[in-house]
Amino acid sequence: MGTMDADALGAWVREYARAVTEHRDELTELDSAIGDADHGTNMHRGMTAAVAALDASPPTDGAALLKTVAMTMISKVGGTSGPLYGTLFLRMSGALDDGSPAAFAAAFRAGVEGVVARGKAELQDKTMVDALLPAADALTEAVGAGQELDVALRAAADAAAKGRDSVTPLVARKGRASYLGERSADHVDPGAESAVLLVEAAAATLGRS
Amino acid sequence: MKKLINDPADVVDDALRGMAAAHPELRIDSEHRVVFRGDAPVAGKVGLVSGGGSGHEPLHGGFVGLGMLDAACAGEVFTSPVPDQMVAATQGVDAGAGVLHIVKNYTGDVMNFEMAAELVAAESGTEVVSVVTDDDVAVQDSLYTAGRRGVGVTVLVEKLAGAAAEQGRPLAEVAEVARRVNAQGRSMGMALTSCTVPSAGKPTFNLPAGEMELGVGIHGEPGRRRVPVAPAREVAEMLLEPVLSDLDFTGGDGVLAFVNGMGGTPLLELYVVYAEVQAVLAKAGVTVARSLVGSYMTSLEMAGCSITLLKVDDELIRLWDAPVRTPALRWGV
Repeated sequence: MGTMDADALGAWVREYARAVTEHRDELTELDSAIGDADHGTNMHRGMTAAVAALDASPPTDGAALLKTVAMTMISKVGGTSGPLYGTLFLRMSGALDDGSPAAFAAAFRAGVEGVVARGKAELQDKTMVDALLPAADALTEAVGAGQELDVALRAAADAAAKGRDSVTPLVARKGRASYLGERSADHVDPGAESAVLLVEAAAATLGRS
Repeated sequence: MKKLINDPADVVDDALRGMAAAHPELRIDSEHRVVFRGDAPVAGKVGLVSGGGSGHEPLHGGFVGLGMLDAACAGEVFTSPVPDQMVAATQGVDAGAGVLHIVKNYTGDVMNFEMAAELVAAESGTEVVSVVTDDDVAVQDSLYTAGRRGVGVTVLVEKLAGAAAEQGRPLAEVAEVARRVNAQGRSMGMALTSCTVPSAGKPTFNLPAGEMELGVGIHGEPGRRRVPVAPAREVAEMLLEPVLSDLDFTGGDGVLAFVNGMGGTPLLELYVVYAEVQAVLAKAGVTVARSLVGSYMTSLEMAGCSITLLKVDDELIRLWDAPVRTPALRWGV
């Protein structure tokens, strides 16, 4: 199983950019139900800019690549998804270490913890954290148990989707959706949805490297 | 969608070009989308920086000038600006006395300003203090939400803290004025119509003819309830009731009463509302010390208004009366 170098992580980022572009309208549609109808647009703008930044000056190592993605998200997106996804990639960049599967799992966890710290959301607040934390747990556990990375990332993606679905019936307690109170129940959280796409993109690319 | 624009994607940049042309006393950094006081940084003075999504004009760029803000960052319509902009604004107004960030309580604004403050601290060591405004009583149960939204009080914080900074007071004191104003102010808004974000091209929410949204947010966030359109007299009561029951405004030196238009309501109607506000307050035993009536914190072309009450004392009244020279507020100069 390969190392998380610039090639491998670049493939992940590009796959994620492709996925948010493919699901742009769906993300915006979810956001228009309980937010301000710009999540698809913002994620598309940010990830497209991130890929353009990677093309313009290709980073030579994985940590530098993640940092480029982070800084692009932070400086191009605004709103909440820019700082949150930016923080995720930035903390991952700082924790990537040797890029082994165990280091990647630890870096992903560090990224998710960064999101929790930045957004101050807890499980069940109905945010991207509800997809990301279970994914980080599943990834850590599977890698720790000696599973191959493709199996571990599949488990992480499944855990993310399960986490997203588990909070759909709930009332949102963070972000703009929280102003809706009861009316936010039974809607898929758009941030949780874009987080699932992120982990799915990892499973589709990194697990195969 | 009918709007006086060129291209929806260029609205913010085009408007900033217009501001630059109309107000040569301001300096506009078009790369970072920051409106600066022409004479920033002002030696010895605490710098005041605010900013937020565009679409609320004159907030914030229209409040840049003597006695108010030193810089304002303009985000995309209804989207928080990014940290790079706030860093540029902060560094551009820092005259060594520190910088106050005035941030409306929306998740995106708070996060981006937080990141900017961290970046500034790491890069230059400029002292930054942030004050978050959260005066919207329409948000109930704020333990389980993102908290009360920052609305009308933000305008008053910018004026009053701006006057304190202009007097040469230190950062801690200017921040204390800002916090006190936020703590002593409450607001509630309503909408008669939705607004249309240029890039979306269609109304943000659907409000049937004959109905109004009570407690609406300045981005069209849903309010407390939807009720049949009522006369201004009843609207004033419906907006003031939750404000008055949230904080005791009686006694002391009275209040500053602020009737704010949402963008699509004529001043004529705002004065109709103000007359009713004055009457409701008189009946409630609340003395009005100062007033402000006009469209100062808008929501694009939304029709409707918000009412803000601020408990004032001698000091705040003096700060309110102090000279101000900005595109949108101007007196005493």
